Amino acid sequence: MSEKVLMKGNEALAESAIRAGCRYFFGYPITPQTELAAYMAKRMPKENGVYLQAESEVAAINMVYGAAATGARTMTSSSSPGISLKAEGISYLVGADLPAVIINVQRGGPGLGGIQPSQSDYWQATRAMGHGDSHLVVYAPSTVQEMADYVYHAFDIADKYRTPVMILADGMLGQMMEPVVLPERKTEFIEKPWAACGHDNKRPHNVVNSLYLMADDLERLNIERFERYAEIKATEQRSESFLCDDAEIVVVAFGASARIARTAVKRARENGIKVGLIRPISLWPFPERAIERTMDTAKAYLSVEMNMGQMVDDVRLVVNGRRPVEFFGHTGGVIPTPVEVYIQIENLAEKVGA
Amino acid sequence: MPKTHNIILAGFGGQGVLFAGKLIATAGLIEDRELSWLPSYGPEMRGGTANCSVCLSDEPIGSPLVLEPDALLVMNQPSFDKFIETVAKGGVVIADSTMIPKITMPFDVSVYTIPATQLSEEHDLKGLANIIMLGKLFKEIDFCSAETLDAALVKCIPAKKQHLLEPNRKALALGMDY
Repeated sequence: MSEKVLMKGNEALAESAIRAGCRYFFGYPITPQTELAAYMAKRMPKENGVYLQAESEVAAINMVYGAAATGARTMTSSSSPGISLKAEGISYLVGADLPAVIINVQRGGPGLGGIQPSQSDYWQATRAMGHGDSHLVVYAPSTVQEMADYVYHAFDIADKYRTPVMILADGMLGQMMEPVVLPERKTEFIEKPWAACGHDNKRPHNVVNSLYLMADDLERLNIERFERYAEIKATEQRSESFLCDDAEIVVVAFGASARIARTAVKRARENGIKVGLIRPISLWPFPERAIERTMDTAKAYLSVEMNMGQMVDDVRLVVNGRRPVEFFGHTGGVIPTPVEVYIQIENLAEKVGA
Repeated sequence: MPKTHNIILAGFGGQGVLFAGKLIATAGLIEDRELSWLPSYGPEMRGGTANCSVCLSDEPIGSPLVLEPDALLVMNQPSFDKFIETVAKGGVVIADSTMIPKITMPFDVSVYTIPATQLSEEHDLKGLANIIMLGKLFKEIDFCSAETLDAALVKCIPAKKQHLLEPNRKALALGMDY
């Protein structure tokens, strides 16, 4: 096992991507993810890889499209407004069934918004990252270690299901340093017989495309893609459950806000409230089964987010009216405090008699 | 058992408060503790209060953003004014009195003043006031062992700048002995 090092989340994402075999990075600077691009600029030449600062986010995502079409492991990163610019290209990646990794180190929005940490791109990432019937797998790390682990994993998932995968981080996780054990370099990769990478006339052309003018063809492809989505939903749900076995109040929080919620949950437990925390790690597919498992003991749910209430929709879809689901959050770059979350837990416990 | 520490280090950009924080974090890494280091990266850096939060613990760290520090290392007046009221009861403040003319002493908080910037100039250690301050903080709150602190210094000074190791050691000692 390699040694523990101290790294910023943004740097851990970059180094781990390189170790996962990413050799093509296309980016454009934006706070608070710039260290990631800077790290790639320094490291990629030493790996005989490509670091390219594109002329815009739109250019960068289309370069990713090109690199992915050849079968290469490729990545781009940005922060919220820059991700919106990439949206068209991400839909094209989905439409062409191309694997790629996209990093969003979120900041406050909408518009140019601010530069402080936020989770307000949850809807965008999980509902409508691009036009058309499209999804992408979305992971939400909550430590620098998970930044490294999940970007590494993201490349495998992208290749396996031929889908773009997003790491939905935030400014806090990108900027902070924590100890991290970096993964070993990946040496074995799956075959990509679909890649357009030259064939010396030994096989028919591979065509990478997302344009289908015959409605029947397009419908058939979408149905086939949704069969893959069904498989992803069945097998790729990831979450962490903390003190949930007898939990009457279940807090649901991801990423940075899960760290804050965890402190509040521990304090509430010390004060005798039966409360637990579910931390979704895959946001799409949403960890429905983990929520469902708490239904026997839960009297109420509390979604804690750094936005105006987005993931709470997914919690409500699972709970489906069987229990009350409340929301607490801050937005615009304001970070909730453990004390605030604790008070919400206490109030909710009192309200439902937990 | 080693203590939990929630520390804020604050000053002007360029005074080296982020580096001093990184040294504490690295000490935590060497001692295999749970730790986090979170810098300010917003517009406040331009307003005179570059700062970072450092947590050391034996439990996983929840929020890395320190709101009620039990130790504050502070190197300018705007930062002093911003953070002094946030220090937890029984907390420790190390203030650079060369840079902070107006020092208030809240009840229930121990404020130690040290003219770190002046000392750095007098001892030909220009630019190392942050390390003198760190030496004083180490003396007062004992956030790691002395060997670890030295090892952290060795680890954090890049190979190309090894000539700075001895001046840094001198600066640390100066703060510890003050």
